[in-house]
Amino acid sequence: MLNPQQLHDQLSTLAKQEGINQWDLGAASGTDLSVQVDRGEPKQLKGAQRSAVTVRAWTSDGRVGITSSTDLSIEGLAQALKGAKEASVFGDLEEPPGLSCRSLEPLIPLERPRLALQPIQNLLKTLLDAERQLLDLHPAINTVPYNGLSERNGESVYINSLGSQRHHLSSSSACYLYARAEQDGRKPRSAGAVRLAYGSKQLDVQACIKEAAELTISHLDYSAIDTGYYNCVFSPEAFLDLIGAFSNIFNARSVLDGLSLSNRDSLGSTLAVPFLNLWDDPLHKSNLGASAFDGEGTPTAPLTLIEAGNLAHFLHSEGTARQFGVAPTGHAGMGSKVSVGPDWFVVAPTPGIAAGDAQLNRHKADGVVWIDSLSALHAGVKASQGSFSLPFDGWLIKNGERISIEAATVAGDIRKVLKTILALEGEPLVTPGGMCPYVWVEGLSITGET
Amino acid sequence: MSFLDSQWQGRLELLLAAGRAAGADLVEIFLERFDRLSVLAEQERVTSVNPSLGCGAGIRVFHGAADGYRDGFVSTTNLSDEGLMQALDQALGMLNLQRGISNGHSFAGLNPLSNYGSSKQNWLTQCPGVQTSADRLLEGTAKLEQHGKHLQARRGSYSRDWQEMLVAASDGTFSRDLRLHQTLGLSVLAADGEHRSSVARRFGSSDNPRDLIDWDADAAARDISASSATMLYADYIEAGSYPVVLANRFGGVIFHEACGHLLETTQVERGTTPFADKMGELIAHESVTAIDEGLSPQSFGSLAVDDEGFEPQRTTLIENGILKAFLSDRAGELRTGHARTGSGRRQGHSYAAASRMRNTFIAAGPHSPADLISSIDRGLYCKVMGGGSVGPTGQFNFSVEEGYLIENGALGKPVKGATLIGDAETVMPRISMCGNDLDLAAGFCGSVSGSIYVTVGQPHIKVDSITVGGR
Repeated sequence: MLNPQQLHDQLSTLAKQEGINQWDLGAASGTDLSVQVDRGEPKQLKGAQRSAVTVRAWTSDGRVGITSSTDLSIEGLAQALKGAKEASVFGDLEEPPGLSCRSLEPLIPLERPRLALQPIQNLLKTLLDAERQLLDLHPAINTVPYNGLSERNGESVYINSLGSQRHHLSSSSACYLYARAEQDGRKPRSAGAVRLAYGSKQLDVQACIKEAAELTISHLDYSAIDTGYYNCVFSPEAFLDLIGAFSNIFNARSVLDGLSLSNRDSLGSTLAVPFLNLWDDPLHKSNLGASAFDGEGTPTAPLTLIEAGNLAHFLHSEGTARQFGVAPTGHAGMGSKVSVGPDWFVVAPTPGIAAGDAQLNRHKADGVVWIDSLSALHAGVKASQGSFSLPFDGWLIKNGERISIEAATVAGDIRKVLKTILALEGEPLVTPGGMCPYVWVEGLSITGET
Repeated sequence: MSFLDSQWQGRLELLLAAGRAAGADLVEIFLERFDRLSVLAEQERVTSVNPSLGCGAGIRVFHGAADGYRDGFVSTTNLSDEGLMQALDQALGMLNLQRGISNGHSFAGLNPLSNYGSSKQNWLTQCPGVQTSADRLLEGTAKLEQHGKHLQARRGSYSRDWQEMLVAASDGTFSRDLRLHQTLGLSVLAADGEHRSSVARRFGSSDNPRDLIDWDADAAARDISASSATMLYADYIEAGSYPVVLANRFGGVIFHEACGHLLETTQVERGTTPFADKMGELIAHESVTAIDEGLSPQSFGSLAVDDEGFEPQRTTLIENGILKAFLSDRAGELRTGHARTGSGRRQGHSYAAASRMRNTFIAAGPHSPADLISSIDRGLYCKVMGGGSVGPTGQFNFSVEEGYLIENGALGKPVKGATLIGDAETVMPRISMCGNDLDLAAGFCGSVSGSIYVTVGQPHIKVDSITVGGR
């Protein structure tokens, strides 16, 4: 167990010896267990004990150096502090990060369970049962090649020379099942599902099995789609993935680096249709990975990003906030150059405005592409250009019936996508990465395999 | 403490003997120490210097020949006797084995150490320090400013990864190596009104302390600037099916993604490769011969010994279109019967090794690149490839960073936004021409055992037809 007070005392003493007046430290440790199975047999059982520490030290003229280590002992801390001091010689004087002015503020209490890890044989039994059930659900499902059940207990600490002492305990569990189905003379098809919870006993494994089976079976009778422009309806997961890939729009670090689609004057500009609201909600009760503070010790809190279609705020670290003359928002990592990123997006209709065309219903549509999941975002997204060309799994809806699409890509520009949203269908649904309703978008380029 | 310290052999033998006595068929211990440095320069400033130090161990236990050799794997950053024994106990417990309950398996001790690192002791100190690294990166970003136009952002990045590894197993395996990987990246974002282009290049080597020092910053900056200027005003490609010529070097990512992954025994074990029972059969066009090897000096995917203590080989995967071999690691050999090829690789101690590619390439053919282009009336020339991935059913996709239309046998206007999609079984027979200009490029490959250093490569190749996603 990490002890923030002890770490603070140790680093204070070491810093004094090195003549360092300003410093901070982030540390994490955790224990993981995971299992995989293959056709009724254990495939791999894994365990891990992890630890990591990052120390930053400032020179008297404000330059910062950093060093990371896996060694949390006093010797390891001393080595890391010494390394950070040496690296500080090369610190950036133009835009040096500082200690967050909000690192001493009280945190919003997070009431999340901390559950003990189950014996790994229990995880194995659960996953073997799940695999068997999934294989029994349809004769075409012959393997579940990608599967896993894991549990993790972790903790993180942030302390600094101002006296900040943050400590966060967490536990989480995940189950994923990706089935593969084959029929004579046809290409194999694959689909799957994921469930997250605070512990493996809380996982809804039955729902995961059901969703994996339904999705896999729905892709058996597939057809090629003609290349062309189609109205598309994105699943909540797919739309959140797309927004996440272009989060540089909201990222003050990217703005300052010239790598964002936004610039310093973009706040208030129209980004999307007026019925779209988007905010980052790190403390949402459904965000299982929530932390009450960021990498600089700043408290996390909800932040509106798009309000009635207009860009409302940027995500900030201490350094970017200082440059913009605002307060840090709790979205920082830890580094000599501090990264900035979102936690958990929520997409919802603007209150008081109709959420687009209320007649649109994916279950009654005709000639519409239903995009269930996007893949290869790392390769097909040009974040600084705004363009994307991505493979997807989904269906062509004909007279309300879903026909699985053999293999296809969807291409477009995120700026146009946000401004050509036709409707938000239904209530926002909880996904592992955020909340979002089904999102209709007008006329995207679809390429089918020929 | 270096793994050359004599006390390590005794400590490891105690663990291996304990694991064997508990009934394990095989126990393997992987130890690593690492010393990493990354430096980032933007425009005229060094904006980030990140040193990182660490160590760890991964203990893997195999048990049950009749059950296909189950395995338990535990990693830890605690290298004390207590920490390692705790990890061993946990790995044994995963297989219902318990230390202290003897099952009579003996352990004959470790072989004499195979020390592949003895001539590499000074590599870390021979690498450039932070100041030299920073100076070279700033030279690169200055060259970009000199050669480029409409540049909104210029970046240079350098990372050095030094690793000492030691692997010991209850079959006597006992090997140590020192490894050095360095990567260097330059990138730009150009903008002119609504037009934008982002271009990046990465260079990488293994076992060459002078890599950054000898880097030709001017040539790299000229190449990137030219590419950026070309792509800034490029139109989006019209979606459809095209004959395609893929350039050499990183064009080899198509083979890596489309076919290479399917020739790893990891995929055979999972039943996710269509090639599992096609040894000796024609799986590609007769013009295709494909190799995976870990031997080329200083190539990014080369290694003196793999992460399971096995020396790498030159493995002919496909010869004139016929499947000749799979890439196999220890578990792959135990479970599929394909002999080990020195391909057991992992990102670090927290991953169990798996069969992975090293330097993978399609062999040179008889044609000039011009022959390939002139054979096409209307198609796509993919000069620079981006990243890609392969799905669980063998479907691949990868992006084209810099492309040109081919019109009437000659290169036409530049196009952007192209994504190539398909599956290996369909595309491999369509590689109808191979050029005579084989060249390799460094890259990273992410898969079951983490992100590893690899090389991809090929000569210019022609694919008769492939689906191109665009607008």
